[in-house]
Amino acid sequence: MAKENQILEEITGGEYKYGFSTDIETETAAIGLSEDTIRFISNKKQEPSWMLEARLKAYRYWLTLEEPKHWPHLSYPTINYQDIIYYAAPKKQQQLSSLNEVDPELLRTFEKLGISLEEQKRLSGVQSTIAIDAVIDSVSVKTTFKETLAEKGIIFCSFSEAVQEHPELVKQYMGSMVPYTDNFFAALNAAVFSDGSFCYIPKGVRCPMELSTYFRINTSGTGQFERTLIIADEGSYVSYLEGCTAPMRDENQLHAAVVEIVAQKNAEVKYSTVQNWYPGDKNGKGGIYNFVTKRGICAGDNSKISWTQVETGSAITWKYPSVILKGNNSVGEFYSVAVTNNKQQADTGTKMTHLGKNTRSTIVSKGISAGFSNNSYRGLVRIAKGASNARNHSQCDSLLMSDTCGAHTFPYIEIKDKSAIVEHEATTSKIGEDQLFYCRQRGIDAEKAVALIVNGYCKEVLNQLPMEFAVEAQKLLAVSLEGSVG
Amino acid sequence: MLSIKNLKAGIEDKEILKGFNLEVKAGEVHAIMGPNGSGKSTLASVLAGREDYAVTDGSVQFLKKDLLEMSPEDRAREGLFLAFQYPVEIPGVSNINFLKTALAEIRQYKGLPPMEAKDFLKRVKEKQALVELQVSLANRSVNEGFSGGEKKRNEIFQMAMLEPVLAILDETDSGLDIDALRIVANGVNKLRAPERAFIVITHYQRLLEYIVPDFVHVMYNGRIVKSGTKELALELEEKGYDWIKKELGETIEA
Ligand SMILES: Nc1ncnc2c1ncn2[C@@H]1O[C@H](COP(=O)(O)OP(=O)(O)OP(=O)(O)O)[C@@H](O)[C@H]1O
Ligand SMILES: [Mg+2]
Repeated sequence: MAKENQILEEITGGEYKYGFSTDIETETAAIGLSEDTIRFISNKKQEPSWMLEARLKAYRYWLTLEEPKHWPHLSYPTINYQDIIYYAAPKKQQQLSSLNEVDPELLRTFEKLGISLEEQKRLSGVQSTIAIDAVIDSVSVKTTFKETLAEKGIIFCSFSEAVQEHPELVKQYMGSMVPYTDNFFAALNAAVFSDGSFCYIPKGVRCPMELSTYFRINTSGTGQFERTLIIADEGSYVSYLEGCTAPMRDENQLHAAVVEIVAQKNAEVKYSTVQNWYPGDKNGKGGIYNFVTKRGICAGDNSKISWTQVETGSAITWKYPSVILKGNNSVGEFYSVAVTNNKQQADTGTKMTHLGKNTRSTIVSKGISAGFSNNSYRGLVRIAKGASNARNHSQCDSLLMSDTCGAHTFPYIEIKDKSAIVEHEATTSKIGEDQLFYCRQRGIDAEKAVALIVNGYCKEVLNQLPMEFAVEAQKLLAVSLEGSVG
Repeated sequence: MLSIKNLKAGIEDKEILKGFNLEVKAGEVHAIMGPNGSGKSTLASVLAGREDYAVTDGSVQFLKKDLLEMSPEDRAREGLFLAFQYPVEIPGVSNINFLKTALAEIRQYKGLPPMEAKDFLKRVKEKQALVELQVSLANRSVNEGFSGGEKKRNEIFQMAMLEPVLAILDETDSGLDIDALRIVANGVNKLRAPERAFIVITHYQRLLEYIVPDFVHVMYNGRIVKSGTKELALELEEKGYDWIKKELGETIEA
């Protein structure tokens, strides 16, 4: 109760708040994509040769692919992949003495975004400590609390560092959930990925703080291609958060990420995203193209992977966080709120693949469309032969804020085992004039009323988020929908 | 505090309020009765600022301000409260949070800071007791899954929480069982104050035994056709509306 109210108090101006850009000296790759670009990136990162080989293999495969333009419910001009800068990194300042030091300008940037890269414990009782990996353009600039976590055997570092320091883990797991052959954007990512986060939670360890990565695109003309790999060993637990923003620019910028999660026996991973990439302006100019492949595998028995996403940004969102339920009694969850306003387009959902016995999956999707936007839910529930007693429950709700927006639901179900129980419910409703008037009659103006009603509508999903993220998400929902009612 | 003069309003080309007049002074309770479809709820909606209705003529002064100029939320903030005939459900929004937000908005309008949490909770407790609303209902989502009677009682709870200057109750008594009726009426009576006025829309004289009105008006075909004291309600209960319609026969046909 107090929480919700705090949020409402904090709802303020409706502009995209993170649209500033930082003037930092940046080193970039030459524009365009070729084997040389890949060698350049690999060289910058001083990667071992196996990594470079893996990249080139993915690149050559990617060259044979075509962009998937037929099946998603999205329309956008053809992307010129030669018109993108594939690597941009803030230049290291000479005067910084230790490797751990970060350019103060960068620290200020993150501070402005509300992200503290200082390790002091926060004083107020409600806020828990969060370890953060901050990624700007193509590189991780700082990972906090590394030492504290290392005491428990937890590895939390940038992906580049993991390649250097923990090659055996990277080799073993990278590409095992999302192989480069998976899809067009996954292949592209495997070829040019620059940075991202890596975490490993050892056997039996409950990660004592939230781990989080904050992605920021800064440099004009660049694409961001990050990779995240989370490995939860037997009996471990981790809650992981991902946040993202970008400056307001007239151009469309590409973000094509890959996230892989593995949960071993009795392990649990909770992955939460608040995606707030710049959505473009009212007329659909600019904004991020967000083409992301996220997949987790419940490899061991009794393991659990839970995806929670709040998608408010991006001009285009193409994203289906999925779970492969391999272990017996494993659990997969997908909770999603996707808001589209103005000319935004989202095609998002999940895939739940049941392989083990007694596996359960839950899908809760809340799509909210306003303005002239298009919002699609696309989900696949697959029950393989031999996956006895599998259960799935899907709930897909769409809320329309105007007569000019669209909401679509594409649920696919494939059942190969007779013992499966699969339930699918879907609703579409329009935001009620009666509800709005009721709120206004109590003294709450239309804008706040919309925020209140929408937050209520999404409560089931927002409840899944860690407290601070929930606060952030609720504010974002309000801001994203500002001006969406007459 | 409220002065309605020759109010005409309707929807599209249908006129529903056809020259409505009413003066309400602080401290008074006015009952409005009248057959189905005579325009009672429309009057309440127009006063509350529902934009579906177009006002074509007349004026409404509320606390010396032009009510019709104000947005619905500003009317509420000025102290006008409507207990809806059909309260809506707002899933996922707790009653308490809803009221906290509303109260904060109203206070902000008056230049006051939000209420301290403990004062707010104190008020919740106090008002809950006043309308004998179950604690669990106060914590549930606004009206979601409430029974018809619970919704009505919740309206009165909200009214008590927001402490309006003028409360319009639109058939708050319909759908209430005998005990609930007494509780709701009791709640209203406790809120009666020299600075506060009520317009009680009802079909039943029974409510007016509990909430004793200063005036009873009969509304018919978009305007008040008869006014009196509480005895008028008794007479209506006994004789129905036909005699009034007959009395008016010629003028209304015309
Ligand atoms: N939104 C609307 N659209 C069309 N007609 C309307 C609308 N609102 C009211 N009316 C009509 O206006 C007339 C008055 O309706 P209103 O609801 O005000 O009556 P009432 O006196 O409150 O009736 P009851 O005692 O049944 O509650 C009715 O004929 C009704 O059908
Ligand atoms: Mg009515």
